[in-house]
Amino acid sequence: MKRIILVTMLIVGMVGLVFGAGSAESAKPTDAGVTEVSFWTFQDLHLAFYEKMAKLWNEQNPDRQIKFVGEVLPYEDMHTKLLVSLQAGTGAPDIVDIEIAKYPNFLKGNIQLAPLNDVIDPVRDKFVTARLDIYSKDGKNYGLPFHVGASVIYYNMEILKAAGVDPYKIKTWDDYMVAAKQVKAKTGKPMTTLEVTEHWSFWPLVAQQGSDFLDKDGNVILDNATNVKTLQYLKDLMNSGAAIAAPGGFHHAEEYYGFMNDGGAASVWMPMWYMNRFTDYMPDLKGKILILPMPSWTVGGSRSAGMGGTGTSVTLQARDQKLAKDFLMFAKGSREGNLLIWTDLGFDPPRWDVWDDPIMKQPNKFTEYYLNDDIFGMLLDIKDEIQGVNIKEKLPAVIDRLKSTVMIQVLQQQIKTPAQALKEAADLTR
Amino acid sequence: MSNRSPVNSMKIAPYVFILPFVLSFFMFYLYPIISTFVMSFQQVYPGQVDFIGWSNYGKLNNPEFKVALHNSFRYTVYTIALLIPIPLLLSVLLNTGNRTYNSLYRSILYVPSLVSIVVAGTIMRLLLASSPRSIVNVIAALFGAEPRQWLLGGPTQAMVLLLILALWRWVGVNIIYFLSGLQNIPDELYEAADIDGASGLQKLWRITIPLLKRTTIFVTTISIFGGFAMFEESFILWAGKPSPNNVGLTIVGHLYNKGFQEGEMGMASAIGIVLLIIVFTLSVSLLKFFGFFDEEGRR
Repeated sequence: MKRIILVTMLIVGMVGLVFGAGSAESAKPTDAGVTEVSFWTFQDLHLAFYEKMAKLWNEQNPDRQIKFVGEVLPYEDMHTKLLVSLQAGTGAPDIVDIEIAKYPNFLKGNIQLAPLNDVIDPVRDKFVTARLDIYSKDGKNYGLPFHVGASVIYYNMEILKAAGVDPYKIKTWDDYMVAAKQVKAKTGKPMTTLEVTEHWSFWPLVAQQGSDFLDKDGNVILDNATNVKTLQYLKDLMNSGAAIAAPGGFHHAEEYYGFMNDGGAASVWMPMWYMNRFTDYMPDLKGKILILPMPSWTVGGSRSAGMGGTGTSVTLQARDQKLAKDFLMFAKGSREGNLLIWTDLGFDPPRWDVWDDPIMKQPNKFTEYYLNDDIFGMLLDIKDEIQGVNIKEKLPAVIDRLKSTVMIQVLQQQIKTPAQALKEAADLTR
Repeated sequence: MSNRSPVNSMKIAPYVFILPFVLSFFMFYLYPIISTFVMSFQQVYPGQVDFIGWSNYGKLNNPEFKVALHNSFRYTVYTIALLIPIPLLLSVLLNTGNRTYNSLYRSILYVPSLVSIVVAGTIMRLLLASSPRSIVNVIAALFGAEPRQWLLGGPTQAMVLLLILALWRWVGVNIIYFLSGLQNIPDELYEAADIDGASGLQKLWRITIPLLKRTTIFVTTISIFGGFAMFEESFILWAGKPSPNNVGLTIVGHLYNKGFQEGEMGMASAIGIVLLIIVFTLSVSLLKFFGFFDEEGRR
């Protein structure tokens, strides 16, 4: 009898423990005015950055000490876990990194993130505002960006010289087409590679022209005339032999790095954050790569578009929302933070007022790797041409279709015309 | 003995013993199934849940879900067609001959199932990389073939790759099932057959296969579950991105896309319920077809 009661109690106790463990976390007491700030990210470089900023914060704010507890989770896991914990109303961290393609999922329904307007407003004019807008809904900013993600073009000068092409003379995409054919004819190498299982070859070109996949209200405009024309341009480039499908299908494939490292193609356009892929994965190209603004569609047209990113947000479940917001703003929105974003992470910081800071010109692994004398001088030059994109509810669905069908059907298999493929994908998501 | 309490009696004790199982079943199976069913009629957004009737099910009438259904069906049929006969024959071979060698072979065949599917899928993806220096392309070059983009090929090629992965991984497990089935066949039957002068093939066809029926039914049933639940293989093989032209899209893949990529938990739940119905119907009708329930009844 006693034994059975004991066993039953044990079972109940164990079950209780399982549930108890979940709730214990949020009620953690703090010692002597130190508040714990929990943080999730999917990128350990980001965590190292925040840890440095937390240390700096504690030095500067002796009366508002924080205990920064960061956790790195795999990309998919982290977003899944966050979505579920926000839905459940418990278990979410105080501060969290949300990747741009996932962000719209968190702007649905009754938004579980805290608006950051009050902390952003004092320095709003120092930001590239297009980057704040992407993590916003109805005039409220929910996330702080890590970078501008300005799209640029990376030229392999060794190949261009062999072909007798001067990249500074390539002003428009028409010029680019001519130069591309010349490179192909002279060196036998393709001018560029195009992603067929992702969308980074396509999106910046679309955004440059003021078009997008979604309009400002979130309606799908994937199949509009500009987008069809742009995709046709990529197809023409491919069919002329001057562009090939990226080995592995996209610009982050292992085989792609190897291919480029061997001088596989003369150029590639990607956002600024692609810089560290060159330095880390394509070491043999050191001293051969020149970064320039992208060609424009018309003379005097925009030469860039802001692409990709991570919005960091404060959840409504934060223990001390005000503190979490202030710390986040200090980490990502202050001058110190923005300088560290460049020196540590190699991103183009979202506050343009630091771009001409002397620190930005000091030598580091990026300035050593690239041929450019002044990477940020080039960025300042195109600061007002960096077109934004609309990050709305339907974006994840649209991007999914681009990755799975549109790009491969039009560019590689060529079984559908740009108009057909874009219309099909657009209809599916509408 | 005289103060025997009701708790100690034969009536209550069994329930106490199965309590842990029942509790975990209620918590981790029944409760989720019921909430999935409820959620399939809701629009589930963070902090906001609304009942929307059947519209999640209505949205299933889309080309992608059809592709997913088609792929899952094909995959299940092919895996059953491969993963029953091959392990069966191998286990018959392993059951005869030198015992030392056999246990060695058995271990070798079983090891793949211990490897995480993520590891296996990643290695396979790298083997099949499109660079001319990837292992498969190097081997292909030895036979004079051009390097290919293996993972970006058409639906047939994709299915073949998925089946190779499934074979490599599951053959060993199914061999274990069949071997244990073989142990239950009395040797006398084979001796009697020998006396009657039956050939090896006849013994296989007339004794082994019929007497392995229960094992075969069991393996087929778990293969149906496994086939329809397939997700990781295609997810990892295409590096966590949608497969080109949806060649690797499965029902669970579609569920994952809807729920976690697009944040439509309600629709994902509807897909889950449809999957549950399909698998349940198929396995029950299969069991009925093989007379599994009759046999149980007779005993």
